[in-house]
Amino acid sequence: MMAMSARLFSGLLAVAAIMFVGAPILIVGAPYESTMGLIQKIFYFHVPSWIAMFLAVFICGVSSAVYLFRGKASADRLAATAAELAVLFGLMGLTTGPLWAIKAWGVWWQWDARLTMALILELIFIAYIMLRAYGGPGSEKLAAGLALFGMANVPFVYISVNVWRTIHPTTDVLPNLSASAPGMFWPIVWCFLAFLVLFGVLLMARMRLEALRARIDAIHLALEA
Amino acid sequence: MTRPSWLPTMIAGVGLILVVSIMMGGASLDASSQIQPAQDEFIPLEQVPPGDQLPAAPLLVAAYILIWLAVLVYVWSIWRRMMTVERELAIMAKSGEDQ
Repeated sequence: MMAMSARLFSGLLAVAAIMFVGAPILIVGAPYESTMGLIQKIFYFHVPSWIAMFLAVFICGVSSAVYLFRGKASADRLAATAAELAVLFGLMGLTTGPLWAIKAWGVWWQWDARLTMALILELIFIAYIMLRAYGGPGSEKLAAGLALFGMANVPFVYISVNVWRTIHPTTDVLPNLSASAPGMFWPIVWCFLAFLVLFGVLLMARMRLEALRARIDAIHLALEA
Repeated sequence: MTRPSWLPTMIAGVGLILVVSIMMGGASLDASSQIQPAQDEFIPLEQVPPGDQLPAAPLLVAAYILIWLAVLVYVWSIWRRMMTVERELAIMAKSGEDQ
């Protein structure tokens, strides 16, 4: 089992490396957007980082629900792992966004619905990690409840650009990309896949750490008994 | 105490440099005052002139560098924590063998 998981990890790592080496070549070859020009190319990493963040939040939320209602320790470990990845990929989105905005909008930050809700989502998962780190005994269950609220926030973040007035590009841009700009479509699909593979690699590495920690806890419990 | 022989030459050299600098500074001040008269009001402009616009390339490169930096720091943090846990496991295994 361990050997198979190690082989899978090595394989995913190799695929991620190949995809991230290929990504800049495809991005450079993609056409420029008519109003934004060169700065639009940030989107090839910015949007996939948010999708990876949403995936991490979803995994964390579902695992937290399983932990709360079934009491499975392995689900709690998966939730803790996914929460860290949610913060990591959210941080990527929150740093690359302003770098795009200063050129496209003329300001680093705008307190509109999309940006504010995305920031709140990031803060919820930072709070999750801090709660687990400093909350003391029983904080896992409180953190699991927080993760459920975080997961509930995701659909609002996603649709916020369509429901409220905002200057952020709407969610219609990506589904229409294959028809409106085929030259941009395949590079962004490639980047989406690259980020998903990277997500898988980081998830596996971080889960291995949690498994080792669980082993230490089990040994401590056995020694105390 | 005797005065070093090179001192008058050095003082003369420094003096000459100062005089030339003041003359050149005055000349450039005079030239700039001819090109740009002092502003007594601000005139608003709708569009930023192309020369003053923020270049996109450094922002794009910064975005990619930040993403890679974030991944590398996170991988390093996992590796560091993994080392700590493995060390703890090794100590536990050793103490188990000793007992």
